[in-house]
Amino acid sequence: MYSHMQPGERPISLKAVNSLHARLTHLQRLEAEAIHIMREVVAECERPVMLYSIGKDSSVMLHIALKAFHPAPPPFPFLHVDTTWKFREMIAFRDEAARRHGLDLIVHINQEGLASGINPFTHGSNVHTDVMKTQALRQALDRYGFDAAFGGARRDEEKSRAKERIFSIRSAQHRWDPKRQRPELWRVYNTRTRDGESLRVFPLSNWTELDVWQYIYVEQIPIVPLYFARERPVVRRAGTWIMVDDNRMPLEPGETPQSKMVRFRTLGCYPLTGAIESDASSLPDILREMLATTMSERQGRVIDHDQSASMEKKKVEGYF
Amino acid sequence: MEAFDADLEGYLRSHERKDLLRFITCGSVDDGKSTLIGRLLYESKMIFEDQLAALAADSRTMGTRGGELDFALLVDGLSAEREQGITIDVAYRFFATEKRKFIVADTPGHEQYTRNMVTGASTADLAVILIDARKGVLTQTRRHSHVVALLGIRRVVLAVNKIDLVDYSSEVFERIERDYREFARRIGLDDVTCIPISAIHGDNVVRRADATRWYRGPTLLEHLETVPVGEDLAARPFRMLVQWVNRPSQDFRGFAGVVVSGGVRVGEAVRILPSGRPSTVARVLVGDTDAQAAVAGQSITLTLTDEIDISRGDVLAAPDAAPPVADQFEATVVWMHEQPLLQGRSYLMKIGTKTVPATVSPIKYKLNVDTLEHVAARTLELNDIGVCALELAQPVVFEPYADSRDLGGFILIDRVSNATVGAGLLRFALRRSQNVHWQALDVDKVARAGLKGQKPCVIWFTGLSGAGKSTIANLVEKRLLALGRHTYLLDGDNVRHGLNKDLGFTDADRVENIRRVAEVARLMVDAGLIVLVSFISPFRSERRMARELLGEGEFLEVFVDTPLDVAEGRDPKGLYKKARRGELRNFTGVDSPYEMPEHPDVRVDTTRLSAEDAAGVILERLGRTGVIDVE
Ligand SMILES: Nc1nc2c(ncn2[C@@H]2O[C@H](COP(=O)(O)OP(=O)(O)O)[C@@H](O)[C@H]2O)c(=O)[nH]1
Repeated sequence: MYSHMQPGERPISLKAVNSLHARLTHLQRLEAEAIHIMREVVAECERPVMLYSIGKDSSVMLHIALKAFHPAPPPFPFLHVDTTWKFREMIAFRDEAARRHGLDLIVHINQEGLASGINPFTHGSNVHTDVMKTQALRQALDRYGFDAAFGGARRDEEKSRAKERIFSIRSAQHRWDPKRQRPELWRVYNTRTRDGESLRVFPLSNWTELDVWQYIYVEQIPIVPLYFARERPVVRRAGTWIMVDDNRMPLEPGETPQSKMVRFRTLGCYPLTGAIESDASSLPDILREMLATTMSERQGRVIDHDQSASMEKKKVEGYF
Repeated sequence: MEAFDADLEGYLRSHERKDLLRFITCGSVDDGKSTLIGRLLYESKMIFEDQLAALAADSRTMGTRGGELDFALLVDGLSAEREQGITIDVAYRFFATEKRKFIVADTPGHEQYTRNMVTGASTADLAVILIDARKGVLTQTRRHSHVVALLGIRRVVLAVNKIDLVDYSSEVFERIERDYREFARRIGLDDVTCIPISAIHGDNVVRRADATRWYRGPTLLEHLETVPVGEDLAARPFRMLVQWVNRPSQDFRGFAGVVVSGGVRVGEAVRILPSGRPSTVARVLVGDTDAQAAVAGQSITLTLTDEIDISRGDVLAAPDAAPPVADQFEATVVWMHEQPLLQGRSYLMKIGTKTVPATVSPIKYKLNVDTLEHVAARTLELNDIGVCALELAQPVVFEPYADSRDLGGFILIDRVSNATVGAGLLRFALRRSQNVHWQALDVDKVARAGLKGQKPCVIWFTGLSGAGKSTIANLVEKRLLALGRHTYLLDGDNVRHGLNKDLGFTDADRVENIRRVAEVARLMVDAGLIVLVSFISPFRSERRMARELLGEGEFLEVFVDTPLDVAEGRDPKGLYKKARRGELRNFTGVDSPYEMPEHPDVRVDTTRLSAEDAAGVILERLGRTGVIDVE
C-alpha cells in the first residue's frame, strides 16, 4: 500500500551534501526552512501541537517533523479533528501512521455536534464544516491549552493566502485580525503570545503543490491511496464526482453509483470532496498529470467554491 | 514543459538541480507591478485553466483593460484592500521555470508603506525596481532603491516598463538608464541590470521583442534564471545559530540550528560563542542521515567531541574568524508600529535565536528616505527609519548587518502587547561595550513590569464610607487576577491596622494617611504592580498629590458615587449610627467634609449600577488605557 514506485522508476533522493561547494536545490531550501520553523516553535512555545489532517501536506509535515528532531521523536502531539465523515481509507492510514511512528495522536470529535446529528447532507456543507471542523478545532485547542498549532496550508493555495504570515496570531477566541498580524523579517519569528492567544504556524507556506508532490516523490513519503486513481463508486454532484464511501450517503431517486477511474487531489469529508477522472495510479503518473494539468487544486474542494474572499471570511471566524 | 512526457526521469533530474531565487518587486502605484507579476505567473504556466476562466470573468467586471485579460487581477489580495484598490501588505507569489523556483515578495508602492518594503526586502536576494518609461527616475524610485540598499540587496534589476508607450524609444531608455546608474552608484548599488519591458504585451519579459532590437541584454526572465544566488554566503566563514538542544538520551547531545554562512565538516574545529570555548565536530546530521559536511542554508544537528554547556542563542563559528560579542550598538531601526518608539523604554530584541531586553538611548537622527538627509528626532513613528544607540541587558554574538543578515538583523518586540514594533540592522558595536565584562544594568520599573507583561498603575477608589469602594475594588482585583495581571489591593481599614496604626482622623492625620498610602502605591507601581487603593481620601489636594507622585497615565481616579443618605442607609459597619450618636468624631459626611472629585477618570453611580456592573465599567476603562487588552 505504501509503495507507489513502478518497476524501473527510482526517485532521486534529497542527497546529503558532502562538499562545501554544494549548491542547495529548491527542495532542500524549502525543507531547511520548514525544519527551522518547527524548531523555533518547539524552542519557544510552551505547548505546541501539529494538526494532522491526513492529507498529503500533513504527510509532508510529519516527514519533516521526524527529520527536524531526529533522533528524538517529534516533541509534540498530533491532533486530528475528525468530522466523522472522512474517507475510511484516511482513518486507516492515520492509525497506521500513528502506530508506525509511535505518535502521540489526539483524535477530537465535536461531541455536541455529533449528538445533534450534524451532517453535510441535512445541514449543508457550511453548517457541517463550521460545527464539526471550525468549532471542533477551537474546542480541541482550548481543551488542551495548545499555544501553537502547525498547519499544512500553503500560500499558493488561494489568492487571499498569499499574505498570510508563517506565524499567524489568533485571539483567545481564535479570531484572526489582519491588523494584529506581525511583520516577518529574515528568519526571525516573533512567537510570543499571552492571555489565551495562540499561534497558527505554517511551515509549508512557501511550497507549491508541485513542490509537495516532488518532495513526496524524492523522499518516498507514504500518502493515502485515495490520491491514486482506481475504480471507485461515484455519483455526479454539482459538476464533480463524489465517492459513495459508505451507506450514510443518501442517493437521489434513480441515482446509482457508477464505477469510475478517479483520484483525489485534496482530501476532506468524502461528501464534500470532488474526485477527478484520472488514470494516474503512481507518483510518476501524478507528477506527469500535474505538469500537464489545467485545473488548480482547490477546484475539488466543495467548501470554498463561493467567491474567493470566502477563505478570508472563514479565517476571521477561526477556520484554520 | 512538454518535454517531460518523453523523459520524466530527465525532467525530474533537472528539477532536482533547480535552485531558488527570492526577489522583491517595487514600484509606484500604477507602474505596472501587478501586471508584471501576473504575466510572469501566466508565462510560467502557474495559472491554471479555472483560474484563467475566473480571470477572464474578473477582467470583464473589474479590469482596467476594456475586457482584455488584466493580469493585475491575478495578484490582488484581501477583500478590504481590493475594495480600496490598493495593496497594503506583503504578498508572496510563486512560479517556477525549468531552471529555478522563484518566490516573489510583492510589496505596494504606496509611500507610507516602508514597513512592508523592508519586510519583503529582508528575505530577497534581488530587487526588481519598476519605472514607468514616461516618467523616468522619480523620488519614489530613489526611496525604493534606498530601502533596497539598506536591507543589503546587492543585485538590482531596473525594469523600465511601458516602453510601448514611448514608442520603444532607445533614447528614452538610455536616458533613464544613465540617470539611474549614476544615482545607484552613489548609494552603493553597483550590480544593476536595466531592461526595457512592456508588462502588458510581454515584451522582454519572457520573449525578446522585435520592437526593441536595439536592446542587447537578457530578457527579464533570462536574467532572473541565471543571476547567481547564495554564493556570497557560502564564501563567508562558518556560523551556525543554536536553536534547540536535542537530548533524547544520555548518549546523544546534539545542537540543532541553521548554518547561516560558510560550511562545516566532520572533524573540523569550531568555537562556541559567547563563551569562546573550542571544540571539534563529531557528527553532522542532516535530517536523520549522517553527512560529511553541511553548507549555508541547511538546518542541521551537530554533535561535538567535548561535553560543553551550549544553549539556545549560542553561536558555533569558525575558530579563526569568530564573530564578536557586545552589548551596546549603533543600529538602524525601522519603526513598524502605530505606537511610536520611546527612548528609554525597554523592548525585547530578538536577534538570531537570542532574545534580550534592549533600550534605545538615544536616537541620533532620523533618515529622510527620499534624500538620505539626517533629521533630528526624539521619537520614531510608523515607517520612520532612524539611527540609534542600543543598550542590551546582556551581550550578544553579532556581525554588522552588511556582513550577515542573520547576525546583524533583529526585531524589537513590545513587552506588554508582544507586537513586533520595529526591525533593526546592527551597524557596529560601540567601543565602550566591546569585550567589557557585563555588569547588571539598573533594573527599573519598565523591566519589572515587562517581566509581568503588564502596564503598572494605581486605580484610586474614592468615596464616602459605605459607598461600595472595597466591594467594587475587590471585584476589579479578582477580574484582573483572572486576566493574569499582578495586583495588590490597599484597603483603608486594613492599612490603618498596621502601617498607619498611629494615625487618627484629624485633618493632619488624614493628609498623612493618604501621603503614606500614595507613597506605598508608588513603590508598588515601581515594582510593576497594578495597585488598587480603596480609601475614602476626602480631600482633593491629597488625591492630586497622589496623582502627581505617579507618571503620566499611571493614575486612574475612580469616584464611587453614592449619596450620603444611601451610604448611611446601608451603613454596613454601623459607623454612621455611631457618628450620629456622637461616639465617633470627624466622620466623613457627618462632621468632616468630603470633597467630591471634579474630574474623576471614572465615575460609578452605585444607585444605578450593581457592584458587578461598576467593576465592568472600570475594566472597560482599563482596556481603553491599555492596562488590559480589549476584546
Ligand atoms: N501600455 C502599457 N500599460 C501598462 C503596462 N504595464 C501596466 N500597464 C497598465 O498600467 C496600469 C497599472 O498597472 P498595475 O499593474 O495595476 O500597476 P501597479 O499599481 O504597479 O500594480 C494598468 O492599467 C495596466 O494595464 C505596459 O507595459 N504598457
